[in-house]
Formats: sequence, structure tokens, C-alpha cells
Amino acid sequence: MTIPLSYYLVLSGILFACGVMGFLIKRNIITIFMSIELMLNGVNLSFVAFAAKWGQLSGQVFVFFVMVVAAAEAAVGLAIIIAVFRTRETLNIDQVNLLKL
Amino acid sequence: MSITFFIIVSVIKIVLVVFILLTAVAYTVWLERKVVGHMQNRWGPTRVGPFGLLQPAADGIKFLFKEDLTPPHVYKPLYIAAPMIAVVFAITSIAVIPFGNDVWIAGHQIFLQITDVNIGLLVVLGITSLGVYGVALSGWSSNSKYSLLGGLRASAQMVSYEIALGLSLVGVLILAGTFSLRGIVDAQAGHFWGFIPNWFIFRGGQFVAFFIYLTAAYAETNRIPFDLPEAETELVAGYHTEYSAMKFAMFFMAEYANMITVACIASLLFLGGWRGPVFGPDWLQAILPLFWFALRIFVFLFVYIWVRGTLPRFRYDQLMAFGWKFLLPVAIANLVITALVVALK
Amino acid sequence: MLNLHLILFLVFGAICVAGAVNLLLQRHPINSALSLVVVMGALAVEYLLLGAEFVAAVQVIVYAGAIMVLFVFVIMLLNAGEEERTGGSHVAWILGVPGMLAGAVIICWALLRHGNTGDVSIGQLPGHPADIAQLLFHQFLLPFEVTSILVLIAIMGAVVLAAPPESVQGSKREAK
Repeated sequence: MTIPLSYYLVLSGILFACGVMGFLIKRNIITIFMSIELMLNGVNLSFVAFAAKWGQLSGQVFVFFVMVVAAAEAAVGLAIIIAVFRTRETLNIDQVNLLKL
Repeated sequence: MSITFFIIVSVIKIVLVVFILLTAVAYTVWLERKVVGHMQNRWGPTRVGPFGLLQPAADGIKFLFKEDLTPPHVYKPLYIAAPMIAVVFAITSIAVIPFGNDVWIAGHQIFLQITDVNIGLLVVLGITSLGVYGVALSGWSSNSKYSLLGGLRASAQMVSYEIALGLSLVGVLILAGTFSLRGIVDAQAGHFWGFIPNWFIFRGGQFVAFFIYLTAAYAETNRIPFDLPEAETELVAGYHTEYSAMKFAMFFMAEYANMITVACIASLLFLGGWRGPVFGPDWLQAILPLFWFALRIFVFLFVYIWVRGTLPRFRYDQLMAFGWKFLLPVAIANLVITALVVALK
Repeated sequence: MLNLHLILFLVFGAICVAGAVNLLLQRHPINSALSLVVVMGALAVEYLLLGAEFVAAVQVIVYAGAIMVLFVFVIMLLNAGEEERTGGSHVAWILGVPGMLAGAVIICWALLRHGNTGDVSIGQLPGHPADIAQLLFHQFLLPFEVTSILVLIAIMGAVVLAAPPESVQGSKREAK
């Protein structure tokens, strides 16, 4: 029971594209962060698909590392969001524009 | 075996196991009320049926007919979905738990387990992690300060103690060499020194891990001494304050189903699963492992209820400090010592 | 051509894409967070289809069960409400979205039409935890240790960044 590998890559590409679009059009900081996580998930699927194709387990091990880095980034990013919320009282990125000319 | 036979057998197993689990949940409630009652020098339920045995049925009918009130200020979609999430994840983890050895029916070998996955223990841990959503979302969607505080505290507590829970099980995994629950039980076969069974709590020296697991499990299931998030004197009722009738009953069921799952995992990993003296004719030999397994589950639930009736509850900062500053280092120490012993053998 | 692998792939792929699109369309961040959890669950099944059982389990335990819980926590704590319509960057709307859509369509078309990357069967590369552990602790030991230090730094950073400002000043005053 086989399907072409490109199907998995297409799914990975669609998820990545949704992540990029979310990053561009959403205005809430937390939702933008979640779009980044969506992009990382799409990339993980590519890793696992290619690992299966070439028979190398290193692809799956790399997914592990991507997840760890995503966890660390989520923790620090959310802490920054909390700190920004304390001073700016808003989660809308269009209103965090003190440095604008 | 053919596909249709496999599907029929699986469906029968699922229906049987879910039915038994739900009945066990109902009668665990009865057991708790009787045991706590006797500890407090009173009878507990006695009127409905002999020894109050029909009390769970009466409770079920009461919950069904109670007025299902939805306060106007809640966030409706999540308010309705949260108890469902809690119950679904509480009941799903029973799918990988083996209850006994194999039976031979119509010339086919059928395992007394809905499905045996290579990563059975990880599946159970994953479903436990997902169970936090039921609590967190119910607390938030109820839109009231007691619920929000209770939900936040409960989910922070569950997430913190999950780590100690998982780490305490890694010692067993090192000794067993597999994540499959059936494989872990099979690794505890035999006896040593003549009569002491080869369970991991004795032979593997995992008694410290056993106590860490038990304590972390009390915190995961939000039971005394760790039940501050739903204590009546502190937070009205915590994350299920705004729920009535069937939705509340679903949270209740989820809590007791989690207790039963925890008891199953503890007996599989530390107390040798379904192993016990087997004798007699063929059909008895198939039934006896189930009986030994049920006996272990009963002992666990009794200890759970006994602790509930005896100990006072932790304050929240004491609870978090205990989980992070005591249980986690002890679990890591247990893991390191077990790994050293196995490596040096 | 229609086999069980394809059916399962399509069902869970559809759930993934539906969750991803729902993340974009929802206005309340809690709904976006929950659709992302659904995406991660469906992705875990896709990993299982490729045989990566340990990765699928870790995806559920770590990503859906811990990282997304953190997101839900922060949304609950900050009481994030529905998004307001504040214009936003016009460049993003005019160039970014159509550009990304076009890019995605081109990639999908190229892969489906001309990508002769071969076939994968169901459970093609069994990722047993034992084999992954072999790789992780022998060949990838340095990245493993480096990521553990990275996580330690992230924990310290998160604690310092999210601490209330009074407690930081209080400790500075005590140190004087």
C-alpha cells in the first residue's frame, strides 16, 4: 500500500503556507506566535517524510530537536509577550509602535 | 485471522471494556462513600438497595433529570465542549491496557487487550497530558473568578506533576526494555529466592519510584492531599463551579476514570500486572488473571480512598514546591541509580 | 490506487488543513489555539502512517500536551479578547498573501506533476524508540547536550522576563 512521497510534501507545503499567511495577516501577537508553530510543524512533516523515503532515522531524530527548540522558543516568546502586555496593556501588534517615526 | 473476525472481536472487546469501565467508575464512587463514611464513623449509603449498592444508579438517574443550567455569561462552545474533552480522554487511555493473558476462542488466540501498541506507555502518558485541556478550558470558559483560579491552579499542578510521573516510570522502562505494556508485564515473570515474585517493585528495586508514582498520580487526578483546585472550602468548587447535572457528572466520571487508569498502570508496571497463582480447568485459568488484576486495582483504589479520608490538603505553594523541589530530584536520582545498576551489571 | 494508506492520509490531511485554515479564520485566539491542537493531533497520525511511532508520541506529549497548554495558559491569563480590525500592514495584504498563495500553488503543482520522488508504504521506516535512542546518544550526542543547555537558558530567561517588576526591584534593593 503505497502513495507517492510528494503527497506528504504537498501537505507539508500547505501547512507552511498557512503558517506564513497567518503570520502576515493576523494582528494578535499570540496568534502570530501560533502561526510560527504551525510553520515548524509543517517542516517536521517534511523531515519525517524524507526520513522514510531515504531510510535514515536521522530525520526523525532531527524532528526531536526541532520540537525542543520550538518549546524553548515558545517559552521565551510567551514570557516576552507577558512582559509587553504589562506595559502596553494590549495584545495588538499595531499598537506596539513606540519606536515608529 | 480474517479481517471481519478481527473487527468483530475488536468491537466486542471495546464494548465490553467501556461498559466495565463505566460500571467500575460508578462503583468506585460507591466504594469511596462507604469507606470514607466508615472512617468517619458513619454508615455511608445504606438505604438504596442492599448495602447501598444501587446508590450509583440512583445518582445517575438524579444527574440525568437535574436541570441543566447554562449561565448566560459563559463562553458557550468551550463550556459545552470542556467536560466532553475531559471524559473522552479519561476513557480513551483504557484502550492500551492489558487485563490478562491470552484466551483461545474458536482456534484463535485473542489477547485480553483492545490493542497492543509498541509505545503503549507513551500513549497513556500522552492522553494524560491532553487531559489537562478539559480542566483548563472549563475553568476559563465559565467566566467566573473561582473557576478561572481553580482551572489555572489545577492545570499548573497537573502539568508540573506530569514530569515527576513520567520520570518515575523510566526506571521501570530501563529494566523492562520496552514501552509495550504487555512486554513490561512479561518482563516480570517468575520468582526469585523461591517465593518472592519478580515484580519490579521487589526485584527491580523500584519501590522509591513506586511511591513517587503514587504521589504524582494523586496530584494528576486532583485528589486529596492535592485537591486544592477543587476544594469546597477554598474555591467553592474550582473549575467545575458553574457546571450542573450531566456536565458535572462528566467531570466526576473523568476524575474517577483517571483514578482507575492510574491504578491500572501502577499495577502493570510495578506489581506484575495479572500474574498470580493459576490453577484449575482451562476456563478458570483464563479467568483467574483477570481476577488478580482486579484485586490489585481494588487495593489501589482502596489506598486512594484511605488517603483521601486521612490526610489534610496541601496549600498551593507547598504543593508546587513539593512537586518541583522534592519529587522531581528524587525521580531523577532514582533514574540515575537504576541506569547505573543496569549498566554495571 | 485507492488503498487504505491513501484514505487515511487524505482523511487526516484534510483535518490538518482544516485546522490550519480555521486558525487563520478564527478571531478569538483560544479558538486558534484549539485548532492548532487539532492540527498537531492529525499530524501525529500522519507520522504514524510513515512509521515514526516515537516521534508521533513525543508530538502528542510535548507539542500538543505541553507547548499548546502553555499557549492556552497565556491566553487565559492575559484574558485575550477577540481581535480588532486594525488595518494592518497593507503590503502584507496586497503582496504577501497572494504571493504566498501563488508560491504554495506553484510548489504543489510542481511536486504533484513532476516530482518523481518515489513511493512510501505505510509504516515505511519503523522508528522504534531503541533505534532512535541509539542515534540520539551516539551520533547526535553533541546536539542533544547543546539543546539541553538551550532549554535551561530558555527556562531561566522565561522566569526572569515574566517575573513581576516589583520582585526584581525588591531583590536589587536587598542586594545593596
